[in-house]
Amino acid sequence: MKKVEAIIKPFKLDEVKESLSSIGTQGLTVTEVKGFGRQKGHTELYRGAEYVVDFLPKVKLEIIVSDENVARVVETIEKAAKTGRIGDGKIFVLPVEEIVRIRTGERGSEAL
Amino acid sequence: MRGSGIGIQRRGLACALGLAAIACLASAAGAQEAAAATPKVDTGDTAWMLTSSALVLMMTIPGLALFYGGLVRSQNVLSVLMQNFFCAAAISIQWILLGYTLAFGTSHGGLVGGLNFLGLDGVGQDPNADYAGTIPHLAYMVYQGMFAVITPALIIGAYAERIKFSAFAIFTLLWATLIYDPLAHWVWGVGGWLRGMGALDFAGGTVVHISSGISAFAAAMVIGKRLGHGREPMPPHNLPFTVAGAALLWVGWFGFNAGSALTSGGLAASAFVATNTGAAAATLGWMVAEWITRGKPTVLGAASGAVAGLVAITPGSGFVTPMGAIAIGFSGGIVCFYGIRIKEMLDLDDALDVVGVHCVGGTWGAILTGVFASKAVNSAGADGLLYGNPGQVVTQLIGVVATLVFCFVGAFILLKVTDALVGLRPDEEEELTGLDLSQHSERAYVLGAMPE
Repeated sequence: MKKVEAIIKPFKLDEVKESLSSIGTQGLTVTEVKGFGRQKGHTELYRGAEYVVDFLPKVKLEIIVSDENVARVVETIEKAAKTGRIGDGKIFVLPVEEIVRIRTGERGSEAL
Repeated sequence: MRGSGIGIQRRGLACALGLAAIACLASAAGAQEAAAATPKVDTGDTAWMLTSSALVLMMTIPGLALFYGGLVRSQNVLSVLMQNFFCAAAISIQWILLGYTLAFGTSHGGLVGGLNFLGLDGVGQDPNADYAGTIPHLAYMVYQGMFAVITPALIIGAYAERIKFSAFAIFTLLWATLIYDPLAHWVWGVGGWLRGMGALDFAGGTVVHISSGISAFAAAMVIGKRLGHGREPMPPHNLPFTVAGAALLWVGWFGFNAGSALTSGGLAASAFVATNTGAAAATLGWMVAEWITRGKPTVLGAASGAVAGLVAITPGSGFVTPMGAIAIGFSGGIVCFYGIRIKEMLDLDDALDVVGVHCVGGTWGAILTGVFASKAVNSAGADGLLYGNPGQVVTQLIGVVATLVFCFVGAFILLKVTDALVGLRPDEEEELTGLDLSQHSERAYVLGAMPE
């Protein structure tokens, strides 16, 4: 079992969600985050005071996937989230030790 | 620097008992209206004046409250709203007990009114021939009271985000009684020395704007900068509030300026038009200046420009033509756009630009009133430089300088007194947590499941 974590541009969320849905993934967790890599921020102006804002809004997706599906999920996210411009984001794959479905108590791959 | 909690409670109780005693004495004295030769109440004038009073109160709450509230950081928004609300409540009471008589009572040497109207003794439904002979005296008093409410509220912008509520309350009441009331007497009271000198101030450019503006200067000096100022970004947390507040100020200002005609008719209409024109021209002036020098016009700039124009047109609103209002407004917008740089030059944390907008705008407007005033607009006024009377500019300057000196020195002293009594600033952790939590135990925005 793996966790696929992706940082993407916020306006791409819908497209990524639909693409994942179409390959059969059920469930997803999404958080609004801020961050920057190589993408530059922007300047804001308030009564003559200039603020350079480095942090850009992004969306973080987390989805737990069985080992055999990891590659497809990663590829799906990569295609759907891509714009070709700087700031598209990154995808991380991490190992998962245990999963529990709270309602039923199921564990392991049955809880996926 | 800090008074103990118990000490403050004892002082507060003493103050409350003192004021209650005054109130009892005033009503016990028995208000008898003077029956001889009462002027007649005009219902049109009265309707307009009561409406104007409501409009001016609206300028404080919610107008100024939202305007300032949106400009501060989210952890301090409630403190600003609270301070504005307190001004409305506390000054409303102080005014009817003591403030009105100090401002409009029988003059003592042209410097302050006597106590003949203490507790509104003699202020009833009949008009007062000296002040607005066609409306009930009560209407005049309450109209003036709304000015007394908003003036100390303007100073909030200077010390926002770093003042203790107790200090704010004490300073506000002291300033209202010892600075605003005498100053209002000088300019508007019968026998007031500035009024007698011929200074033109239709709706309170000196009494309200220059006074609060320069007092804000003193406050920013005495209280010091916000923690993190200059290092941390402190952008406005809610510009929609600020713009909504500015709009309420614009609308309310019709009561402030056109209501200062004290009658409903041609003069009120003239002041109304001048006010709208001044605000509109200044909005454009600030926008143009910003667009050219910074590349983009901002909505904060437009809102600030409108307020600057309203300030600038205030002293001349009942004396100038619409064309004069364009000139005063447009130039005022540009002058204040640069005026807000003063705090940078002097390394002063005037958090919400009270100095740059009210002091600078009020001074600019007062001087230009001396240029554009015309007796053709208001025969009770005077002609300015453009109409062959350059001396008016000098008269205006005297009024401006007197106000600047009196208010700066007075505010400075009162701030030091307040500091000695209770301490002006919260401690470092209280300031960093935010005044909403530290002074009021409240959070403005309870969004989502987790408390911040």
